Amino acid sequence: MPDTAMPDTSPLVEMQQVERRFGGGKSLFGKPRPAVHAVQSVSLEVQPGETLGIVGESGCGKSTLARMLAGLDSPTDGAIHFQGEDLAEAVRRDFKAMARQIQYVFQDPISSLNPRKTIRTILETPLIHLLGLKRAEREARLAELMDAVNLRPEFLQRYPHEFSGGQAQRIGIARALAASPKLIVLDEPVSALDVSVQAQVLNLLDDLKQRFGLTYVFISHDLAVVESVSDRVAVMYFGRLAEVGPAKRIFAQPAHHYTRLLLDSAPVPGKPVLVPESESGELPDPFNPPPGCAFAARCPAADERCRSERPPLEAKGAEPEHLAACFHPPRVGERA
Amino acid sequence: MGGYILKRLIALVPVLLGLTLIVFLIMAMIPGDPATAILGSYATPENVERLNRQLGLDRSLPEQYLVWLGNLLQGEFGRSYSLNRPVIDEVLERFSATLILAGTALLLCSVFGLLAGIVSAVRQFGWTDRIVTFFVLIGISTPSFFLGLLLILVFAVNLKLLPASGMYAIYGGGDLPDLLRHLLLPAVTLAAVATGVISRLTRTAMLEVLRQDFIRTARAKGLSERRVVYRHAAKSALVAVIPVIGIQAGFVLGGAVYIETVFQWPGIGAMLVKAISTRDLLLVQGGVLVVAASYVLFNLAADVVQSTLDPRLRR
Amino acid sequence: MTGQRKDNRRPSAFALLLNNRMAAGGFFILVALLLLALIAPLLPLHDPNATDPSNRLLRPLTEGHLLGTDALGRDILSRILSGLRVSIAVGLSATIIAAFFGSLIGLLAGFAGGRVDNLMMRGIDMLMAFPYILLALAIVAVLGPGLINALYAIALVNIPFFARNIRGVTLGLARREFVDAARLAGKSPARVLFTEILPNVLPVIVITMSTTVGWMILETAGLSFLGLGAQPPQADLGSMLGDGRGVLFNAPHVAIIPGLAIFLLVMSINLFGDGVRDVLDPRLKSGALTRPVARTAIERDPASVPAEDAEDRKAVLSVRGLRTAFRMGRRQVEAVGGVDLRLGQTECLGLVGESGSGKSVTAMSIMGLVPTPPGRIVGGAILLKGEDLLAASDERIRGLRGGPVSHVFQDPLSSLHPLFTVGDQLIEAIRAHQPLSRAKAQARARELLELVRIPNAGRRLSAYPHELSGGMRQRVCIAMALANDAEVIIADEPTTALDVTVQAQILTLMNKLRHDKQTSILFITHDFGVVSALCDRVAVMYAGRIVETGRTEEVLDAPAHPYTRKLIDCVPVLGQGERRLDAIEGLPPSVDNLPPGCAFAPRCPRAQESCRRGEITLQEVAPGRAARCLFPLEAGEEAAAHA
Ligand SMILES: Nc1ncnc2c1ncn2[C@@H]1O[C@H](COP(=O)(O)OP(=O)(O)O)[C@@H](O)[C@H]1O
Ligand code: SF4
Ligand code: SF4
Ligand SMILES: [Mg+2]
Repeated sequence: MPDTAMPDTSPLVEMQQVERRFGGGKSLFGKPRPAVHAVQSVSLEVQPGETLGIVGESGCGKSTLARMLAGLDSPTDGAIHFQGEDLAEAVRRDFKAMARQIQYVFQDPISSLNPRKTIRTILETPLIHLLGLKRAEREARLAELMDAVNLRPEFLQRYPHEFSGGQAQRIGIARALAASPKLIVLDEPVSALDVSVQAQVLNLLDDLKQRFGLTYVFISHDLAVVESVSDRVAVMYFGRLAEVGPAKRIFAQPAHHYTRLLLDSAPVPGKPVLVPESESGELPDPFNPPPGCAFAARCPAADERCRSERPPLEAKGAEPEHLAACFHPPRVGERA
Repeated sequence: MGGYILKRLIALVPVLLGLTLIVFLIMAMIPGDPATAILGSYATPENVERLNRQLGLDRSLPEQYLVWLGNLLQGEFGRSYSLNRPVIDEVLERFSATLILAGTALLLCSVFGLLAGIVSAVRQFGWTDRIVTFFVLIGISTPSFFLGLLLILVFAVNLKLLPASGMYAIYGGGDLPDLLRHLLLPAVTLAAVATGVISRLTRTAMLEVLRQDFIRTARAKGLSERRVVYRHAAKSALVAVIPVIGIQAGFVLGGAVYIETVFQWPGIGAMLVKAISTRDLLLVQGGVLVVAASYVLFNLAADVVQSTLDPRLRR
Repeated sequence: MTGQRKDNRRPSAFALLLNNRMAAGGFFILVALLLLALIAPLLPLHDPNATDPSNRLLRPLTEGHLLGTDALGRDILSRILSGLRVSIAVGLSATIIAAFFGSLIGLLAGFAGGRVDNLMMRGIDMLMAFPYILLALAIVAVLGPGLINALYAIALVNIPFFARNIRGVTLGLARREFVDAARLAGKSPARVLFTEILPNVLPVIVITMSTTVGWMILETAGLSFLGLGAQPPQADLGSMLGDGRGVLFNAPHVAIIPGLAIFLLVMSINLFGDGVRDVLDPRLKSGALTRPVARTAIERDPASVPAEDAEDRKAVLSVRGLRTAFRMGRRQVEAVGGVDLRLGQTECLGLVGESGSGKSVTAMSIMGLVPTPPGRIVGGAILLKGEDLLAASDERIRGLRGGPVSHVFQDPLSSLHPLFTVGDQLIEAIRAHQPLSRAKAQARARELLELVRIPNAGRRLSAYPHELSGGMRQRVCIAMALANDAEVIIADEPTTALDVTVQAQILTLMNKLRHDKQTSILFITHDFGVVSALCDRVAVMYAGRIVETGRTEEVLDAPAHPYTRKLIDCVPVLGQGERRLDAIEGLPPSVDNLPPGCAFAPRCPRAQESCRRGEITLQEVAPGRAARCLFPLEAGEEAAAHA
């Protein structure tokens, strides 16, 4: 299917200087309340048919970004355009229309299913409320969905607690597929699963993408998982993009010291641990962010400029597609 | 810590204002002409006239509230027509008696409730646990006024050990031992229910804490079981139970209404009941305000104690 | 399959309720009281309001007046039954009113969140700033005494109680992922609230109602007792008790009988209500709230204790045929079904497996930290330098814990006590085993923090765990494990809860410390990458047993057990970004339902008939290598079907 589609160069999603602030404002007595910038000046595109991976450690703003992409939250500044249309506005006008186009798969498979509803009720909800299908059409679609995620049809009668994590996540995926969306945002879809089940779900996601011509935004903290599923990868640190580029380039030749550190830290069978003992791993204070590069305190190449000036996200090296926010990008083979 | 207390004190202002607002609104619910209702059978035309002016009934409701609040702030709670004395004098005099009774009861229920709860959690399913559970059940199912009557029947009428009513003996009383003799039965009665509730929740809190990861860590460190239970677990359970004690203070202060009536304790509760039946509404208003304010202060104290124990609450 | 599912199904809620003896007792008394109150008008009784001054204050068991008469000569029995009806009706109505309005407020506030929530809850707080019954008194004072006014007053003062409870639960649910999912499935916010959240809140409303009805009956009776509720000639149990008070000294039965009636009614409701709560609150099901004892219970068959061999004497720690079981209801489930492990001097042994394979239970069994109930050790031996720990006294085990054998757990935040400073917790660990003064112990604690590379060690001693980052907390836990120069450290997934970069630092630290301090480590993880970073040898666990052991490089290079092979292959490896992963079909078996023969057979591509029966033992496949498999893989062989 995707092969026969018109070569369309306009991006499916376009984020422009997206920002999400929590807290802030003024208290009753006019004192400014502390604000946390969960996401800051993120500009990023998602092309139709690709898988964009987003990596970063806990609290770096991945999930906040994902929720905004799915219309569950809106930016406090900047804008997200979906097929050229402002997402926040579209959601306000007609949430359902947007939900037919963009769907979401949650991290915790069990808690994303209402414990008091059968799988049938859960999967029927989008068919009724988003598509308005009649009873007979719904039955047919339910059968299709269960088949697509390799679950036996008799599971429809059961309740969520009767399922293992992997099965529950398949149900969550089936629910996301129900309305035939264009884009699916997957927020750590395999992190809660056991390794042996994780592979099944990753393979399933790959099949579905081919079969239905889907576009994925795939969020994870696991570099190896992101590498194995993504065409392009965005690395986030402390609410900002540190590096964006084709998956192969980023992992072969990182242009930001944080990406470098992530690569060195990832445990790989047969490889000794490589991080220097001095590495502290402490994040800056979110209420009092540093003026320059947020990674400066941990960076082996940091200098005065890094500490005072914020590095812009710009093309580094040969490929124009490969962007990084670093003044002194690491050279090939260099260790953090 | 000082900053925290100051912050809590400032936060108290809106609560106290809200309290007065609720009392004001309740008074505004009085059906018919308020002045006549307030003055009831003591109404003389000039009294009604004076009160109407005092209440500012010709003005809008918010204005009336402000005038009323201004009077309160100046200690002007009005005059009790049934007693023919300023409300504030009567209320403060009565309140000290209530404080003695409720304070003792609160002390009793906190100490015995916590102890019983901890012991029955430690000896879960043992006979101590069973006995405590049994008494808790009886405690929370018996109306306190009924328990009071039973205690009077047994200890005052049959055994003649303790006095049945009052705060001091009429002849030759007035000293501390006399007060304590009179205090014992009503304080125990008042504490009974709260002891049950506190011990039950302490037991649950202990059982919950004992399953936490940090208890496993304490054991993995090689600490004695005594230290694990009475230092690590009990401290966490205590933090969880303190708000409950705060709430129980409300039940104890409210329960004083019954107990003071049953034991003819000259406190504010008995005063309120009498004032309601004589429809002396200004006296009711004054009494309610003072007791409620003291309850708010007590809860503040509970919060402060809790935050000294739990660093995560200090901000 | 289906037949078994039926057998496993939980009994119905009502059956559970009747199983609880106290609740059943309460239920039957309550039903009896309700029936009596309902059929009272049909019984051949006196008119409850007919006065008879010539028969005043008759004692109970008098001819014609079973329970005697009151001060006006009215029959107490018939009055009690009619009063019972009034009390129940009033208490129930007040509960329903309070539950309805309170739950509505709570649902709306909790779901709306933000400003709406703030505003509503401030109002509720104001109402709660009044001592409970006082507000009711003020309302009755204004509206005038009377049963209906008392009902309103009691209902009103209970609204905040419901609102608070329900709001808390709603708030928790509104943040759950299924709520977002329902929104994305096209449900409007109102629909989400009433069709997704409400069904989950309903049990809490029922619990709150069943635990407050008793209270409400008591409180309305109280107002009547004070003369502010039911007015003559109408009477409820409270006003009858109030009447009896006047003649307490010469005819106590006039007060005692209605008092006992209230007591009986409220007690039966409370017993029943507790039963309802136990059934509806999943936490209390299956006796989850039982206190774990200080050390795992040991009930091993003496015949199962293996004899010590030469290998055991060489090892620091030797686990032989360990079996640990959990009691689930009437069944006993063996989570660990015969595990053998040997930890050599200064060796780091990795224990790898998927979640639920029994790694933690194995590790916690060593020092008796598996919670009892429900756990117990039912077989095997654990030898620490030749000493059988399962035969040691509690006092001996306590001396070993935190001394020669120490632990590091998975979640450093929940593993540290939130109310004590880091310093206090370290000092306590030191002084539990060394007779040091507090000042000396403090100096030692500081050294320990420096040892685990915590900057500003001196200042950090007075920090509370919540003030530290996850990595720093885990360093504190490691410092605590090193406090008394442990010979063996048992580390249960100490880096799983941490971010990758922090994990790398902790691994670097542990690797350095174990060489400096010559400690042996039992390191539990599910990640082969982590194993290869730290461990000399590895043991792979599946369904409660070890399926393969050997030197780390050898096992990683050429796994002998098909499960090990597949477990390695199904994880994407950084730098080899291939799309298709070699997934393992099916699910890990649950330990309470293991197939005969090899537990891996249903998922194994090499499985043969012979794999599905009999006991398969751990057999040596090469020097220092063992696998529990009939057809182990040769080096380089794929895990495909066996020729
Ligand atoms: N406290 C407990 N009560 C009942 N079952 C338990 C308890 N702890 C562990 N289990 C059971 O024991 C088995 C092994 O658990 P565990 O050792 O924690 O696995 P792992 O550490 O490998 O993830 C699981 O099936 C689990 O359900
Ligand atoms: S900008 Fe400077 S501090 Fe930031 S990553 Fe690059 S070199 Fe390091
Ligand atoms: S070959 Fe047989 S014994 Fe070996 S793992 Fe497979 S099923 Fe088990
Ligand atoms: Mg575990």
